[in-house]
Amino acid sequence: MSVMLETKNLGISFGGLKAVDGLSLSIEKGQLYGLIGPNGAGKTTAFNLLTGVYKPTMGNFFLDGEKLTGMSTIEINKKGVARTFQNIRLFKQMSVLDNVKVGLHNNFEYTAAEGIFRLPRHAKVEKQMNEKAIELLDVFGLAGEKDRLSSNLPYGKQRKLEIARALATSPKLLLLDEPAAGMNPQETQELMDTIRFVRDHFDMTILLIEHDMKLVAGICEEVTVLNFGTVLAQGETSSVLQNPEVVKAYLGD
Amino acid sequence: MKTLNTMNKTSKNNFITYGIVLAIFIFCAVYIETDMATFLFKGLMVPICVNVILAVSLNLTVGILGELSLGHAGFMCVGAFAGSFFSMMTQETLTSVWIRFPLAFIIGGLSAAFIGLLVGIPVLRLRGDYLAIVTLAFCEIIKNIMNNLYIAKDINGLHFAIGVGAYNEIEFDAASKQVLINGAMGITGTPNDSNYFWGFALIFITLIVILNLVNSRTGRAIMSIRDNRIAAESVGINITKHKLIAFVISAFFAGVAGVLYSHNLSSVIATKFDYNYSILVLVFVVLGGIGSMRGSVIAAIILTALPEFLRDIGNLSDYRMLIYAILLIAMMLINNNDYLHQMTQGVLGKFRLGKKSKKNEQEGVS
Amino acid sequence: MTFLSYLISGISLGSVYALIALGYTMVYGIAKMLNFAHGDVIMIGGFVVFTAVSSMNTSAPIAIVCGIIACVVLGVAIEKIAYKPLRNATPLAVLITAIGVSYFLQNLALIIFGSAAKNFPDILKLEDLQLAEGLTVTGEAVVTILITIVIMIVLTLFINYTKIGTAMQAVSEDRGAAQLMGVNVNTTISITFAIGSALAAVASVLLCASYPLLSPYTGAMPGIKAFTAAVFGGIGSIPGAMIGGILLGVIENLSKAYISTELSDAIVFGVLIIVLIVKPTGILGKKMNEKV
Repeated sequence: MSVMLETKNLGISFGGLKAVDGLSLSIEKGQLYGLIGPNGAGKTTAFNLLTGVYKPTMGNFFLDGEKLTGMSTIEINKKGVARTFQNIRLFKQMSVLDNVKVGLHNNFEYTAAEGIFRLPRHAKVEKQMNEKAIELLDVFGLAGEKDRLSSNLPYGKQRKLEIARALATSPKLLLLDEPAAGMNPQETQELMDTIRFVRDHFDMTILLIEHDMKLVAGICEEVTVLNFGTVLAQGETSSVLQNPEVVKAYLGD
Repeated sequence: MKTLNTMNKTSKNNFITYGIVLAIFIFCAVYIETDMATFLFKGLMVPICVNVILAVSLNLTVGILGELSLGHAGFMCVGAFAGSFFSMMTQETLTSVWIRFPLAFIIGGLSAAFIGLLVGIPVLRLRGDYLAIVTLAFCEIIKNIMNNLYIAKDINGLHFAIGVGAYNEIEFDAASKQVLINGAMGITGTPNDSNYFWGFALIFITLIVILNLVNSRTGRAIMSIRDNRIAAESVGINITKHKLIAFVISAFFAGVAGVLYSHNLSSVIATKFDYNYSILVLVFVVLGGIGSMRGSVIAAIILTALPEFLRDIGNLSDYRMLIYAILLIAMMLINNNDYLHQMTQGVLGKFRLGKKSKKNEQEGVS
Repeated sequence: MTFLSYLISGISLGSVYALIALGYTMVYGIAKMLNFAHGDVIMIGGFVVFTAVSSMNTSAPIAIVCGIIACVVLGVAIEKIAYKPLRNATPLAVLITAIGVSYFLQNLALIIFGSAAKNFPDILKLEDLQLAEGLTVTGEAVVTILITIVIMIVLTLFINYTKIGTAMQAVSEDRGAAQLMGVNVNTTISITFAIGSALAAVASVLLCASYPLLSPYTGAMPGIKAFTAAVFGGIGSIPGAMIGGILLGVIENLSKAYISTELSDAIVFGVLIIVLIVKPTGILGKKMNEKV
């Protein structure tokens, strides 16, 4: 198995505060990997480093062997990293279909002029984009709601749409930031099935942040536990979750 | 009917917009060509078309890109002067208006687009309030320079000067001297090529270009920036490039509107294109519904025509701007207040011109 | 020597900009909005003083107090009616509303006072001051500078050493946190508008003392320039507004004197654009990071 994502001693400090300090992990291709830890442990900051929102002040990270450190968000996305956000960030005034088509933007090509003057390539490419977008929406059971305004979707479906949009950029690595936040147990169960399906169907490597331990234990093969920006424990999920240090970090002294 | 059913909702919507404009055009054409129209009515045609083009093009920046530009009159000013200058230079050589006038539009539009590009590259990195104030500042700079620009020609060719002092120092060949742009006195003697026919043709072109842009790959990218810049970046959308595309196209059509405007008047002065004109266009956009091109068209038509027809009734025109200001504030308060919004929804629902502008949550992620 | 006199009159003009810029920068810091109507509050203040002096024959100090009270009431009323309901709206909606308010005030003044410029009465009539051989400055310029210095000192003390001042700083730093700590955010914002408007009233008197023509559009240009000054200094920063205002006044006056009178506005706005390109947060501005 080849390594999809590798971070080496990755870190960032804001002023004097080390939000992430020396994060090293290695995720194999096709793996479902969890990043867990108490609130404020630096998990989302780690995601922001991996997507170029912040530039790391120390360390490096590699996608499929290629060094991505220092690249912009857009470049990193083009290299194959896509993400969702903890507080959903959909394009609220756009339809469900258009949200996914924005995700497809860089995978299909016609110029602004071709669009404005409705040249032949416009119709052809738009048709392909529609087909591809509906195919993606179908995976998440959203195809029937393609014309709805994305902000009018119920919460659970908004989360799914965000995943569909991220997948539309055809990434190698998918970062999910608390995908189950705000879901009830049944929705969470469905989400677990969906995530597994995405991994198998798209041959995807997935790194996710989650507080719901049932979800983490249920689908993640390996986890890294962050606490105050540093790695507290790392390894196979079941054994890490039983680690007394980890239990202590979660439950307090 | 079958074709309508297979079309998606947006294309259907666009065709309704084109249909409305076409209907208005046919009505005006019949009314004017059968000599039923009053002098006032005929005189209003071109200003209405100018304002419609301005409103639709500003709506691209405000409604689709989601940034406030207060410099629209500045781009219009560039277009007006460039177009007029071209027409005056070529009046004798290009006698056919069918060639000269379209060229004037292209030149006016491209000049404005070029200035839009120059302005856009630095300022589109800024957001919100900063962008608004910088576009306003640029508009003032343009007005200020145009107000002091002198161009004259004589047997030795063209002479340029900025400031009356510099102008007076130029030694002209008195016999062949012809002033083209005369500082604060502006540009005089532009051929009166504008009429409602050109005006409506340009409205159609503007609408087609902008609506097609909005419903294309590029348009979606522009709207995604408006809705959520961070998410747009995360899916690989080039923010600067798409902002520039929207801004430059918007400036282009403001320039085109300027050409139409300047070819309707015997003389054009720079101070006409002030901040108040930009605000007036913004009023059209807001009252028509931010993001709704059809709304902009209708609002621009009504708000340009109504005050003129009401001029006879008392001194209502004095209160016109005041009423606009109140409407502007009321519109924003109603749209952004859930209680008021629900209250008015029932009454206005059926007559609504545009979509309501949605609140854009801007929370942070911890 | 002429350079020095240009410099001093530039500082005087800049002081007025600084006073106006304070209103912008404080409101921006605390309410996170550009109060576009601030310039027009100045204009209304000018008209109130003008009416008090020329129509009601009040003495200058009373007229000025009337002007200050009118501006404070107006500023707070604008905030309560137009801005407060939009606390959670998009910045675009707030900005358009502020423009609407500005437009409203201008046109209201237009209807009441007409478009013709009025001659502002000499309520600050002072003799010219000869500082040295060949260096004469107007008394108005000196008074303007002195008043501004006093206001700056008082304001700095107020912000740093009073409870309300501390509350203002807290709201500016983090509105939510301040609210949780028991700061009344609405009251704090109202007080900020009140202070800004009072400064605007003072600025209107000083402005009209040096440039005694008053029209409904009097406030617009100084307002925009003062905003430029606030951005120049770093929006949200009080010392920044002072420095930015004075620098802008000096730049404007010197470019009028040495480059071109006609193009001075273009030069001033050119400065704004260059500043924003080179250092978008201004001279003393803090870098603002958007949370992701």
